[in-house]
Amino acid sequence: MFAFSETSEKEIEKQLVKYPPERKKSAILALLRIAQQQNGYVSAEAMEEIGRRLDLSPAYVESVCSFYTMYYTRPVGKYVIMFCINVSCHLLDCDNLLEHTAKKLNIQVGETTADKMFTLLREECLAECSRAPVMRINNDYHVNLTPQKIDQILDSLK
Amino acid sequence: MTQLLFKHINVEGLANIDVYEKHGGYETLKKALEQKPEEILETVKASGLRGRGGAGFPTGLKWSFLAKDVFPRYLVCNADESEPGTCKDRELLLKNPHLLIEGMILCAYACRVEIGYNYIRGEFYDLCEIFEKALEEAYERGYLGKNILRSEFNLDIHTHLGAGAYICGEESALLNSLEGMRGEPRLKPPFPAVEGLYGKPTVVNNVETLCAVVPVVEGGAEAYAALGTEKSKGTKLVSVSGHVRNPGNFEVVLGTPTSEIIEMAGGMREGRKLKAFIPGGSSVPMLPAGKVDTPYDYESLQAAGSMLGSGALIVMDDSANVVKETLRIASFYMHESCGKCTPCREGTRWLHQILGEIESGRGKDENIELLQDISDNMSFKCFCPLGDAAIAPVLSGIANFREDYEELLSQAKAGAAAE
Repeated sequence: MFAFSETSEKEIEKQLVKYPPERKKSAILALLRIAQQQNGYVSAEAMEEIGRRLDLSPAYVESVCSFYTMYYTRPVGKYVIMFCINVSCHLLDCDNLLEHTAKKLNIQVGETTADKMFTLLREECLAECSRAPVMRINNDYHVNLTPQKIDQILDSLK
Repeated sequence: MTQLLFKHINVEGLANIDVYEKHGGYETLKKALEQKPEEILETVKASGLRGRGGAGFPTGLKWSFLAKDVFPRYLVCNADESEPGTCKDRELLLKNPHLLIEGMILCAYACRVEIGYNYIRGEFYDLCEIFEKALEEAYERGYLGKNILRSEFNLDIHTHLGAGAYICGEESALLNSLEGMRGEPRLKPPFPAVEGLYGKPTVVNNVETLCAVVPVVEGGAEAYAALGTEKSKGTKLVSVSGHVRNPGNFEVVLGTPTSEIIEMAGGMREGRKLKAFIPGGSSVPMLPAGKVDTPYDYESLQAAGSMLGSGALIVMDDSANVVKETLRIASFYMHESCGKCTPCREGTRWLHQILGEIESGRGKDENIELLQDISDNMSFKCFCPLGDAAIAPVLSGIANFREDYEELLSQAKAGAAAE
């Protein structure tokens, strides 16, 4: 069973008023985001509930959800590390930094640590190229990365 | 140095409306509301301002294409900044959100639009909060809402967060995403100006374009058009990244030599020489060091074999290997291809696979020709510009830096002979 919390309901209300009443489908990205903020990921039950709210089939909700990279359909760590690997970061050695991060967390890219604290993902350009290398942890950007800086950031999150 | 968009960018607290107003903020709007909407449209047309998101289409002309007398109509700001190498809109949104709001109001007034959306890429969650705070302030001061400054003009602006998809930077894919669909591009025509959001006439403009409307209207068309070259008017924000000492966003008058922009970014790193540069984001052809004096404007970069694109100048020195960087870019396009059309869906995958073989020392001589052949089968044959973007680095890399390919291929041959 999935139910939106009171906080989520308030947020949903704020989102729905943005669109013409007959166009509430526009709020699907927002509702997926709110479901994920609430539970950490978007479950099949959450997709069904979103479908009910917006008069859409669960299959439709899933087709939209799977198109975008920021929705997780399985549980992730408390902190999701999105490591930019695109060209500007690549020129400044992000491959080695990513490897360093994976080693420090003792996981492979794409995995979550056993204590469910960190998930490490490759990410495409985060649009902070002039301060490369860059990573994003949940909603926060971290720039001009070095191995020492990464260690500091990760240690501060434990 | 002429600074229009970045004039006050480093003023502390500029995102706050009091500080913005103290530096002349919303004064342009007040004066504009005394004019007729058509006059503002004429000013933007006459200024020569072109879209700063990548396509470079004349902004005023785009506005004038809106289907007449069809309402409601919409304004959509494209803040889905995701062209690799581009980080200028992020800086504008972070430090000067009111400039964008003022630009959006001016655009909406000129185009008789009463509802605007700012489509912000999902990763910019922090910026969305900043923008929403700025919107609140603008409503409080009467710059948004009903009867703006007693002009009888109404405008509401809403934010809409994306959720991670490069393709949504393409305007018709962005509209689909805003309507609650997968962000796949639409067939054009009809263009958004005729049938855009919810099937209604829609103006879609990039963040920087809308911000630039403020100085255009403030100083007048003539003053703006006096800057730049014949076909490239005004200033452009350039995001410099890669192998330079002090990467950053710089506002330059169009026509400034590319080499000067690299100097603004501190020049090349100690003991290194320029090898290649991509002038306008990963979707445009890369150029060799010999072309670094090319004036940074639409027509000169095109004549040099590339494009100005989004204004992302990616600099590579002699430590870079063009095949390795092209492989990285190819992997990006493979990941971001929406899968709607076959040449792009399959082509991006094949390019990535073959580049990967060359890069890992398993390439064959005929691979270069194969890459060119696949590119030819994608060129102008894909549903949207993503396919053409994907082949730009491949073809330009082969044309300008063939030695990097050949070096890896001869290593592969030597390796095979040794076995």
